[in-house]
Amino acid sequence: MNMIVCVKQVIDPEAPPATFKIDTSTNQVVPPAGMSPVIDPYGEYAVEAALKIKDAVGGKITAISLGTNQLRDVVKKPLSMGADELVLLEDEAYDGGDSFSTAFALAAVIKKIGEYDLILCGREASDWNAGQVGSGIAEILGLPSITLVKKIDVADGKARIERLTSDGYEVIEVSLPAVVTVSNEIGEPRYPTIKGIMGAKKKDPTVWTPADVGLDPAQIGAAGRKTKMLKLFQPAHEGQVEIIEGESPEESAANLASKLREAKIF
Amino acid sequence: MADNKGVMAYCEVADGKLAAIGAELLGGGRKLADDLGEELVAVLVGSGVSGLVQEAIALGAEKVYVVDDELLKEYQADSYVAAMEKVAMQAMPRIIMLGQTNVGRDLAPRLAFRLGTAASLDCLELAIDADSKALLQTKPVYGGNAYAVFTTEYYPQVVTARVKSMQPLERDDSRKGEVINVDAGLDASAIRTRVVEKVVEEVEGIKLEDASIIVSGGRGIGGADGFKQLEELAKILKAAVGASRPPCDNAWVPAGLQVGLTGKIVSPDLYIAIAISGSSQHMSGCSGSKNIVAINKDPEANIVKQARFAVIGDWKKIIPAFTEKIKELMAG
Ligand SMILES: Cc1cc2nc3c(=O)[nH]c(=O)nc-3n(C[C@H](O)[C@H](O)[C@H](O)COP(=O)(O)OP(=O)(O)OC[C@H]3O[C@@H](n4cnc5c(N)ncnc54)[C@H](O)[C@@H]3O)c2cc1C
Repeated sequence: MNMIVCVKQVIDPEAPPATFKIDTSTNQVVPPAGMSPVIDPYGEYAVEAALKIKDAVGGKITAISLGTNQLRDVVKKPLSMGADELVLLEDEAYDGGDSFSTAFALAAVIKKIGEYDLILCGREASDWNAGQVGSGIAEILGLPSITLVKKIDVADGKARIERLTSDGYEVIEVSLPAVVTVSNEIGEPRYPTIKGIMGAKKKDPTVWTPADVGLDPAQIGAAGRKTKMLKLFQPAHEGQVEIIEGESPEESAANLASKLREAKIF
Repeated sequence: MADNKGVMAYCEVADGKLAAIGAELLGGGRKLADDLGEELVAVLVGSGVSGLVQEAIALGAEKVYVVDDELLKEYQADSYVAAMEKVAMQAMPRIIMLGQTNVGRDLAPRLAFRLGTAASLDCLELAIDADSKALLQTKPVYGGNAYAVFTTEYYPQVVTARVKSMQPLERDDSRKGEVINVDAGLDASAIRTRVVEKVVEEVEGIKLEDASIIVSGGRGIGGADGFKQLEELAKILKAAVGASRPPCDNAWVPAGLQVGLTGKIVSPDLYIAIAISGSSQHMSGCSGSKNIVAINKDPEANIVKQARFAVIGDWKKIIPAFTEKIKELMAG
């Protein structure tokens, strides 16, 4: 099984909402001071999904990450978890893309890698919440795609996949190669082992410029966008909280119940 | 581009009925179409869906495109993208709206890429720019910490709208409309996936989406036992039980109870958030609630800032006393 996982570096989405800031003059998010970026959580679930398959049937996992200023310690996480190779698309030309230009670049890289049975992405990245790159890659490469995946079993060139629905899940069979986008229901990503971390330290990622992949800079990054962002802003949270007090937690609780009754909320 | 006209609403069918999101899209789409001075069309895709045409018209559509084919019995990206591509090429709409459901999340991006563009998913607001007539697509980014307004010069402009973000029109059965049947022209061999089983995970009691009160627990509940206490409170209040993501990930509650950006979107009259910190991703799912009550030991937690009422303390002490008092008040 040859597997390719697309996973990028993001601002830590678990940072407290109060630390989130925007520079409105540039329409950009200001990374919170003193907090390291992380690999995108849903991408990490995709790495875990690939590792589960590798555990079951063996295979090779190549992680691809597109972006600029990628900290090696961060983007090497898939390697330390157990992936075999890391390809970095690191060039200013890749910058400022949207789902369209990003999927376009990733699809070109996947084609260059050439051997793949399964391509895994996260269901949506924690920064732009676009939720489109996996489906886009499938369209560009002409592959079937299954999104919102919670379980994958592979055997005999086929995959049996559980996909989340509004009231449960459906079991889907697909022949490979295919693209999947992974949800958190796949199970918590494993912690890197010491051996994994040591191995990742020694491993040099492959870095590809657009020219290496045969990409025209006009088709990628900001130049290849189909969508335009007009404005980025923080929603205002109006409203004042009323803290309900009491002599004891039990009394506060009773006061809360009375308050809700008075306000006819129940 | 100038050839693309009109607003198209993809109306999902679930269990042979028009899903609620369809009515919402037709309501929101009606306004966009009126602002553009163009028509609103609905699309029905499935097997045996023709009977729903009148309902789509009664909810605001002037035309209904129907793709009815045995091969469309079940949603699958390959067949539905092909059907929608055909409809889009025939109708050449300016805008295609879908719902941010597990179907829309799958269909919208594949359809957009097939048509040579990208979509905007999970829009909270859609409006027409008076000068350019471009669709202004406002959607949450960074988990809801920020909103971004997107537009595109490529047509059709494909979007999904968040569930409950738009108001349906009053159903009016006297409305008249036109029906256009489109031949799916599907070849079974072009459908590369096969649905072998559908599993419905029944949730006891009131459904989250329908509840007017929700009792929701977070990581601080600590285990399945804690949720038993929440269930007891919910029963008394005739409420549904919800959760943030960690209780679902830890299997303290079924995954279907997750509220948030990647879970259910709810807007009850009362949302009681117990031991939930109020991450932006969680708030995305419940900020439409009329009243949020936070029960948290941390006065600095984000949920406290966004609540109308809060009690600061250990839920293990607060919930039993709260439940008792509610019982008493309801008996009185
Ligand atoms: C792309 C993306 C999508 C996501 N989608 C969702 C989503 O849809 N829904 C969702 O919920 N999350 C989602 N998350 C996860 C989200 O970022 C948070 O990790 C999660 O919401 C935290 O859940 P929590 O508030 O229960 O846990 P925590 O943040 O750990 O908070 C626990 C809270 O419990 C309080 N507490 C602990 N013990 C007690 C006690 N004894 N009494 C009272 N209070 C106590 C603490 O003070 C704290 O405030 C998503 C994340 C990403 C990156």
